[in-house]
Amino acid sequence: MKRFLAVMHARNLEFIRDRSALSWTLIMPFFLVFAFAFIFSDDNKSLYKVAYVGDQTQLDASEISFMDTQHLQVILYKNKEEALSKLQHHQIDMVFNERPEPIYWINASSPAGYMLERILWGSGGSDFNKQTVDGAEIRYVDWVLPGILSFNIMMGCLFGVGYVIVRYRKSGFLKRLKATPLSALEFLIAQMCSRLLLMLTITIFVFFGCDLFLNFTMLGSYLLLFLITLLGSICMISLGLLVAATISSEELAGGILNLITWPMMILSGVWFSLEGAHPFVQNVAQILPLTHLVDGARAIMTEGQGIADIYLNFIVLSVMSIVFLFLGAKIFRWE
Amino acid sequence: MEPIIEIKNLEKHYGDVNAVNGLSFGIKPGICFGLLGPNGAGKTTTIEMMEGVLEPSAGEILYKGQRIGSQFKNEAGIQFQATSLQEFLTVRETLQLFKNLYANNLDWDELVELCSLQELLDRDNQKLSGGQRQRLLLALALVNDPELVFLDEPTTGLDPQARRNFWDLVRLVRSRNKTIILTTHYMEEAFELCDEIVIVDKGKLIAEGSPEVLLKNHFGDSIVQIPQKDISSSQLDRLALSHKARGEWIEFQTHDPQVIIEALLKVSVSLAGMRLRAWSLEDLFIHLTGKQLRL
Repeated sequence: MKRFLAVMHARNLEFIRDRSALSWTLIMPFFLVFAFAFIFSDDNKSLYKVAYVGDQTQLDASEISFMDTQHLQVILYKNKEEALSKLQHHQIDMVFNERPEPIYWINASSPAGYMLERILWGSGGSDFNKQTVDGAEIRYVDWVLPGILSFNIMMGCLFGVGYVIVRYRKSGFLKRLKATPLSALEFLIAQMCSRLLLMLTITIFVFFGCDLFLNFTMLGSYLLLFLITLLGSICMISLGLLVAATISSEELAGGILNLITWPMMILSGVWFSLEGAHPFVQNVAQILPLTHLVDGARAIMTEGQGIADIYLNFIVLSVMSIVFLFLGAKIFRWE
Repeated sequence: MEPIIEIKNLEKHYGDVNAVNGLSFGIKPGICFGLLGPNGAGKTTTIEMMEGVLEPSAGEILYKGQRIGSQFKNEAGIQFQATSLQEFLTVRETLQLFKNLYANNLDWDELVELCSLQELLDRDNQKLSGGQRQRLLLALALVNDPELVFLDEPTTGLDPQARRNFWDLVRLVRSRNKTIILTTHYMEEAFELCDEIVIVDKGKLIAEGSPEVLLKNHFGDSIVQIPQKDISSSQLDRLALSHKARGEWIEFQTHDPQVIIEALLKVSVSLAGMRLRAWSLEDLFIHLTGKQLRL
């Protein structure tokens, strides 16, 4: 325990005193959140999203011409309730189905819904019945904030653990530690706890810091949000430990970490929703840990979902953490 | 006396390269033991196997008669040839980190004083001079009050003054009844510090014993040197003494310098540039291997 605390304390000091690393993990998420809040604050939509509930093969001519409208994206939904919930949050602009009877729904407080209604009528869909839903808009910044915080956790954990351990190994510091009674497990757990403590502190700080200025939506349980953040961080650190387990070249480590982070940056739904993306892409996204962290955190914050709705994200993150950590500890080399 | 650490038929192969090729020796407790050889002789490989950091390809290492076990790490202090330390920590914090890794500790004030670190405690460990850094690394090796201290080329890269200061430090550590195992390619360093040495070359042992005894066994007592320009070849012929040319010098090896000096005077050689020197381990190395130390 004394050894574990000593290594953790030294690592904490190193991180806090390394100004460039500290400012990077602290300032970047603020910068991103505010940049996105301002860049995407206007409502000049370039794309309207329409949800079709049912089976696409059963469409008749009028809908097809409606769907052929430029700048309009049609997303197929099996579940009407899910589509309507998205409509309430302004994440899609219109929902319609044809069976059992032709109905369309728009959000009464969304100008996009009004536009689409006109287009539908003009494309020969005037026989549809109109229904409306109500619901405050989830701004893009509300939606993207859990993504950015998760993204920051991913970068901080992967590079902060993976890259640092490789640097220790390359410089011979790990070899020096090997000559002491410190065990590999004590060392790895100390690195993990140090990073966990720092990332959680920073994330909480950024979370409430952004809230002060943006007053973003938080519908769910803070405890649940904390738990998924904790689990997501553990998962990312474990992945970082696995990457750093044996390699001693910083260039190789940087390359591998980039290879891991780039797909997650793009495919895990940090910046944009993957709804409507090719099913293959959606499947790939499911094997990325960041997807589960982002989805879970976003569901809690913007939809107020509980553990019953997102337990799958928890399970996937837990299993991944255990696998990464086990493999990482098994193949770890001091030199 | 039982050796504190003993190696038997130790080998280390890297592919086709035999870095260490069947080394055996034992080290008595309480002495300063030197492992000498040119760069690439296998010194570091040998000492790292003894430290338990490197796995031998063959042979065995016995610490107090047993194979190296868990207690070894608590009782050994190690200074590697090249070690980098965790960045952004002061000397004090670096020492504290290592202090906390061990069950036993040398008293803090004693350690700081022994290695003359009083003035440096609050300095960033990356901002130390070569000599200061070696003192810190030595302090890290002593932090657990070890019985056995390994120093791998501790003075390589230091200026002569810093090297001499470090030697004083090693003598101080040695006076506390610790066993020191030192590698070096400076023969002078080994002569100054070591009670016993082994000389290795190409992974093999070529000589062992105390430096004085080794020199006595292999050479006469001293060498008389005359500058080449002060002595002609006809004078040399008339002398009929065995001699060697060495750089600018002609050298005569002898048990009794007086005999040589009288012979030189007889053939009217000027003694103005004459020097008398003792044999060094450097000479011994050349004598044993037929080549210069590859520095």
